[in-house]
Amino acid sequence: MSEIDTTSASKTVEFRGGGFAPQSRKWVGVAVFIVLIGFVELGTRVGFITNLTLPIPSDVFATFVDLWQSGLLWKHLVPSIMRLIVGATIGVSLGIGVGILIGLFSLIRAGLIPLVAAIFPIPKIALLPLFVIWFGIDETSKYALIAFGTFTPTVVATYGAVDNVDRSLIRMGQSFSLSWLSIVRKIVLPGAMPGILSGLRISLAIAIILLVAAEMLGAEYGIGAYILEAGSLYDLERLFVGVAILSILGVLVSLVIGMIEKQLLSWRV
Amino acid sequence: MDLRLESVGHHYGDMEVLSDINLDIPTGKIVCIVGPSGCGKSTLLRLVGGLELPTTGRILQIGTPPADSINPLTYVFQDFALLPWRSAEGNISLVLEDHKLPSSRVTEIIADVLARTKLTEFAKAYPKQLSGGMKQRVAIARALAVNPAILLMDEPLSALDSQTRELLMDDLVSLWTREPFTSVYVTHNLNEAVRLGHSIVVLSRRPGRIREIVDVAIPLGDRELGDPELERQQKHLWNLMRDEALAADKELLHV
Ligand SMILES: Nc1ncnc2c1ncn2[C@@H]1O[C@H](COP(=O)(O)OP(=O)(O)OP(=O)(O)O)[C@@H](O)[C@H]1O
Ligand SMILES: [Mg+2]
Repeated sequence: MSEIDTTSASKTVEFRGGGFAPQSRKWVGVAVFIVLIGFVELGTRVGFITNLTLPIPSDVFATFVDLWQSGLLWKHLVPSIMRLIVGATIGVSLGIGVGILIGLFSLIRAGLIPLVAAIFPIPKIALLPLFVIWFGIDETSKYALIAFGTFTPTVVATYGAVDNVDRSLIRMGQSFSLSWLSIVRKIVLPGAMPGILSGLRISLAIAIILLVAAEMLGAEYGIGAYILEAGSLYDLERLFVGVAILSILGVLVSLVIGMIEKQLLSWRV
Repeated sequence: MDLRLESVGHHYGDMEVLSDINLDIPTGKIVCIVGPSGCGKSTLLRLVGGLELPTTGRILQIGTPPADSINPLTYVFQDFALLPWRSAEGNISLVLEDHKLPSSRVTEIIADVLARTKLTEFAKAYPKQLSGGMKQRVAIARALAVNPAILLMDEPLSALDSQTRELLMDDLVSLWTREPFTSVYVTHNLNEAVRLGHSIVVLSRRPGRIREIVDVAIPLGDRELGDPELERQQKHLWNLMRDEALAADKELLHV
């Protein structure tokens, strides 16, 4: 082992591995927000961003505190969250159900995939009048709009996820004579879960987008209604308060899905 | 329960994969199947286990499987086919859940097969925590749990390194000596074939036909690594297969 000539120049081998493995760095996301808001605050105060372009962030915050103290925040938030929960639950559960049927049965697949492809790109907002005629002006039409909007992306994500379930696991199930229902419940569904959950992220974001549209259907209270009113009055502070609330909702939803993923998908490598 | 294959043949579209296979698989014996790549070994195994229907010929079960056999024809797969979202224990209980066994019996079976495959400590481990060799042991434990009349193994050791393979072969031999099971064992590895097979079926290149059936008389338990008689048999098998393998290799290049 001593045939190495130790007299010649030596250096440690350079490290060139690492990277390409996402790690948890939560504070970076927070820092981006703080820097961005700080920049706008500075700009609007110093004047290189005019008041017409953007409101002063601290004013927006003050408006938010007002809203909170007057108790109106909850009055707006509660019905909106209700609409989100009811609408998204209907849309997502129907979507997962239909997606699984498409994934499992060729006939249903052949019949429904073109239909879903035809429905997906329709801007649901364009159908507002139709929803009013079908479901009336009250809550039902709002639920229906959100449900309809979350349904198609959920279907597409779900049948894609079912298609991607490892066929060799299904053959294994058959080779042990598991019943059809057991194979679906114990092999197909858990195997499709990662795809379904990542589809859920998109569907729920769409649900929040559609909230504003749903509340265009005559709503007295609701974050969407609040934004629409502020918009029509050109009240930028209140507009931004509403938008910020929607953003926060989005972040919360994504956090919750992240937690569910951690729980349900801990088996993933 | 014995199995008999009567002039079994199989086509995929226009391609003939297997042709005129006549074979008996007697109770308590391990029948190894060797042959060049793509000659239809896996297909033959799928036909035997009823995962596919043969185009011609038929596959007969002779006699009834033992009453306590939950799944008479049971596979062990090359890629293990374990559910990643279930622990070792859970993967075994999966195949028992559909059979309305009392839960005490299920626990009993799981403990027994885990002990037989030396996995008791790993009952709660998930596949991602297990090495390849241990995953295959879990898969073997799962197969034993349903008390198969015939074990159908498709290159069960091919995904493992050679040391682990050696150890698992010993495990299989000791499982067999303790309680002889019937098995159809597909492999690429001639050494595995002479170590584990009571008889070795050599298939020709595609369309696979039986070229020769070699019987190995030495009892399973006495077959040692490097036994001259086994070496001789292995050499004989290799001579049978070399030309076929060469030709099969060329054929694949032409596709
Ligand atoms: N489902 C299928 N549809 C069409 N062709 C198939 C199918 N399964 C296998 N084949 C073809 O049949 C031939 C035999 O396949 P098979 O997997 O049985 O070979 P094998 O002997 O197991 O090969 P290997 O040694 O590589 O495992 C191959 O040419 C393969 O491409
Ligand atoms: Mg094969």
